[in-house]
Amino acid sequence: MSPIDRGFAAVVYGGSVLFALLIVGLFVELVLGSWPSLKAFGPSFIWHSAWDPVANKFGALPMIYGTVVTSLIAIVLAAFVGIMAAVFLADFAPRWIATPLSFLIELLAAVPSVVYGLWGLFVLAPLVRTAIGPALQHVLGWTPLFSGPIYGVGLLTGGIILALMIVPTVTAISREVIAAIPRDLREASMALGSTHWETATRVVLPAARIGIFGACVLGLGRALGETIAVTMVIGNRPEISASLFAPSYTLASVIANEFTEATTSLYISALIELGLILFLVSIVVNALARLMIWRVRGSRA
Amino acid sequence: MRASAALVAATVTALPAAAATQLTGAGSSFDYPFFSKAFYVYNQKNPNVTVNYQSIGSGGGIQQFTAKNVDFGATDVPMNAQELGRAGEPVLQIPVALGGAAVAYNVPGVSATIKLTREALVDIYLGKITKWNDPQIAGANHGVKLPDMPIVVVHRSDGSGTSYMFTDFLSHVSGEWKQRVGVGKSVSWPAPSSVGAKGNEGVAGQVRSTPGAIGYVELAYVVENHMPSATLQNRAGKWVSCSEATVAAAAAGKPHVNPNDFSIVDEPGAEAYPIASYSWVVVYKKPADSGRARMLYDVLSWLVSAAGQSNAKSVDYVPLPANVQAEALRTLKQMQH
Repeated sequence: MSPIDRGFAAVVYGGSVLFALLIVGLFVELVLGSWPSLKAFGPSFIWHSAWDPVANKFGALPMIYGTVVTSLIAIVLAAFVGIMAAVFLADFAPRWIATPLSFLIELLAAVPSVVYGLWGLFVLAPLVRTAIGPALQHVLGWTPLFSGPIYGVGLLTGGIILALMIVPTVTAISREVIAAIPRDLREASMALGSTHWETATRVVLPAARIGIFGACVLGLGRALGETIAVTMVIGNRPEISASLFAPSYTLASVIANEFTEATTSLYISALIELGLILFLVSIVVNALARLMIWRVRGSRA
Repeated sequence: MRASAALVAATVTALPAAAATQLTGAGSSFDYPFFSKAFYVYNQKNPNVTVNYQSIGSGGGIQQFTAKNVDFGATDVPMNAQELGRAGEPVLQIPVALGGAAVAYNVPGVSATIKLTREALVDIYLGKITKWNDPQIAGANHGVKLPDMPIVVVHRSDGSGTSYMFTDFLSHVSGEWKQRVGVGKSVSWPAPSSVGAKGNEGVAGQVRSTPGAIGYVELAYVVENHMPSATLQNRAGKWVSCSEATVAAAAAGKPHVNPNDFSIVDEPGAEAYPIASYSWVVVYKKPADSGRARMLYDVLSWLVSAAGQSNAKSVDYVPLPANVQAEALRTLKQMQH
């Protein structure tokens, strides 16, 4: 290697090591910060559901539940819309539509989340309360998921807002994965007499499924950690209810809501432990997504 | 040539005089609108001092103050013994701003102002009263046709001094609330139909967009947004609405307010609005830098004076009553400057 190459390698290595150190440092800092709470509550912190700062009793279960459920709603909705959009953009839309449309969809990712939150509070929540909620209840009210009073804010509204926020991620990545499927496959399928619909659903999507799955998990990762927009429409009640119309709470929302005014050390460390749980969940989800995407790339190489 | 040299000399000598000292403070977001207005006015009169106030929340303000990163802190609830211990040296706590919490509601079809007894408000927040036409509410509102509509209880989801004064009031009125829930900036809200919203704007937005909702917001917020708010029965049994005058009356009834006895909820005066509270500035008794200490003293003594407090009105905050201004100044004078 020439000296220049060696220097370049050192810089690049240094950069990646720095990132690794940052993550490790963050983890260590979170564990240290949550130590009083880890010591006081032990693992029961994860399955207890009281959140009472006055009595110094803390449990994370309602927030874990709220985080997981809103993110699942988001990913189900976003996957459906995002994959449809990706198929259209990659295989059906003429270029003069596809280019500006992809641009617009990706622009959605640039909208600040507080704007989504305000829109959610003033437009979406009343819509859920007066139209979407009652319609769902009319059809599916016999299941516990859609029973009970409709407040407007709650798990469903939080999930819909999150879905809007992660659709750009899911669409953009899925579109690239679909575009990467070799033309020969499509031509072979068409040559055998398949329709466009059959080609898309039976040939292209199955071939791209792992990459699309990866796109969804990346979106899910973003949904798990999203804070402000969800805080504004989730209802902020640390409670587990079967109904998707019920107010709930997410890990990130509690931290955003209560950290600035938390004073006792146990309270602060309980909030940091919520951060630790969120950190671990996000790492697992993102690692899964990476793995999936690598497998797709690997199989193509 | 000579002219420009003179100009340079003039600029150089003028610089030290023009460079203003910047005092820094951090804490309560409740104080922010009042502080930014007041400190701006102060700077217009005293161009040599600017005050930079960071509205990061009371908890953060106390931390920054304890770490000596700022000249003063501001908090909605005075620092307690544990926090004072962490500060490590004597601290002075001075009441600087006064606020009240109005009870806003959204009851379609009712144009008259709804009256609530203290007990009814507690029972609504405990989840015992669940409908607007409950006899406990109807009993105080003769001639008003209240709908058979479920009540949605809205509270602040972020830790806030407004929640503190509200739960302080509920605890004063009800032993059950005191025992089951308690007083705090964040509490475990017991009503099954309760919803948490972030900030005054969040609570107001939630109330406005949810028929049947009730929620508490800062006085300034209902005034500026023209929201209907309930008339409450105070301890004297009189009906009072939340206004600058009634909140000031609550404060004036307790002139010797201090960090150990700071609560002014449920005051006995006939005019007193029952949900009110001070916000406090904290300073070290012996600041390290005597030059800055002098300036800080000047700013704060102006802030608690009639001239400083007059800025509260223009942002719909409540000026401290004259007797509390005097008390605040007395405390401040202990500061070494």
